Amino acid sequence: MPVKPKAVALISGGLDSMLAARVVQQQGVHVEGINFFTGFCVEGHTHAIRKRDQARPKRNNALWVAEQLGIKLHIIDIIEEYKKVVINPKHGYGANLNPCLDCKIFMVGKAREWIAENDFDFIVTGEVIGQRPMSQRKDTMPVVARESGAEDRLLRPLCAKNLPPTLPEREGWVQRDQLFDFSGRSRKPQMALAEQFGFEDYAQPAGGCCFLTDRNYSAKLQDLWQARGTRDYELDDIMLLKVGRHIRPRPNFKMIIAREEGETRFLQGYRKSFIHMHPVSHRGPLVLIDGTPDADDLLLAARLTARYSQGRDAERVEVSVVRNGVSESLSVAPISSQEMPDEWHI
Amino acid sequence: MQSLNARYLLCPLPVIRVQDRVKLMQQGEVLEVVCTDPGTVHDIPAWCRINGHRVIESKYVDEEYTFTLEVGSRFADEP
Ligand code: SF4
Repeated sequence: MPVKPKAVALISGGLDSMLAARVVQQQGVHVEGINFFTGFCVEGHTHAIRKRDQARPKRNNALWVAEQLGIKLHIIDIIEEYKKVVINPKHGYGANLNPCLDCKIFMVGKAREWIAENDFDFIVTGEVIGQRPMSQRKDTMPVVARESGAEDRLLRPLCAKNLPPTLPEREGWVQRDQLFDFSGRSRKPQMALAEQFGFEDYAQPAGGCCFLTDRNYSAKLQDLWQARGTRDYELDDIMLLKVGRHIRPRPNFKMIIAREEGETRFLQGYRKSFIHMHPVSHRGPLVLIDGTPDADDLLLAARLTARYSQGRDAERVEVSVVRNGVSESLSVAPISSQEMPDEWHI
Repeated sequence: MQSLNARYLLCPLPVIRVQDRVKLMQQGEVLEVVCTDPGTVHDIPAWCRINGHRVIESKYVDEEYTFTLEVGSRFADEP
């Protein structure tokens, strides 16, 4: 029996990569999935954190897709290496801090390393020419193939007929006439193909697959870099940007204010590493203070904390402040809306 | 039996930690993993199903989810 060719498919959890993998699988190729965890992925976290999101299914879409396809899935932690992509993308950013083209190049490059280590033959992605303004254009398709080092071992089954034949086609591992020629922003061809394959209930991420396409999230990341005077981050930083209300009253510190119970529980895990406060005379949120506040700053932070408590209309609110394990109590007047400029909200 | 602490990690990190540990284990060995993210209730069993491992037991006690897994054959469905 001839040896089955082997492909690894980049599985994001969305429809396109699911279809691309199935197209190749149907041609008798052994397919396994690979999914990269950058720390910015929309998957899981917010659902796990926020109570109001808990009614939504908490499934991990990449795992769900792999199960529908009946393929193995390798989830790879690229948090550290991915920093250079976000911090200094050679091809720049999209509308927000999303470095989509560099990101694609990086991920396909990691997949190329993976196929070499695991003795696989080629890489499959769900890219479609013209689908996304930055990373999926006719002129950027060859850039991804070239700069990732994947060259013609990169097959895009959904738009392959619009591109020169790749190695898997030339070798006869897949039949070119059974691949597709999708292009443009329309989702109709994908939806028709999904119906043909009997796929239902698939995820349709709106903007993209990660938080970096989100305007508010990008603003918070930009603020973090500016406040620290360096473009860098740790995993905890970028996780915390997904949670709570972020307020920066002064350049040297910001407040992360839990908006509900789920966020409080999440922020509690960070109490040891941050100065934190919460109202004691009234019900109110847990607040983490990030930065280097002095005593005057802490007083201001306590007044803001009081504003977000049930004592916002009270004359005084007692706020407990914990710093290096030592707690003190401050009695403060909640700050009024007039004293709180809009720019403080990040 | 081996054990793994995946408390306070949010998905998919618990799955990644399990995956990386299982890679170092032999078929038939057992791993107990403790998590706090409710997402693991779906993700860990799903990961086991697609990769050919077996969840022997799962329980939820004091806001912690504990899964006991038996490592399956790594090469079961390769060509
Ligand atoms: S949306 Fe995020 S994960 Fe997707 S290609 Fe762009 S930067 Fe990468």
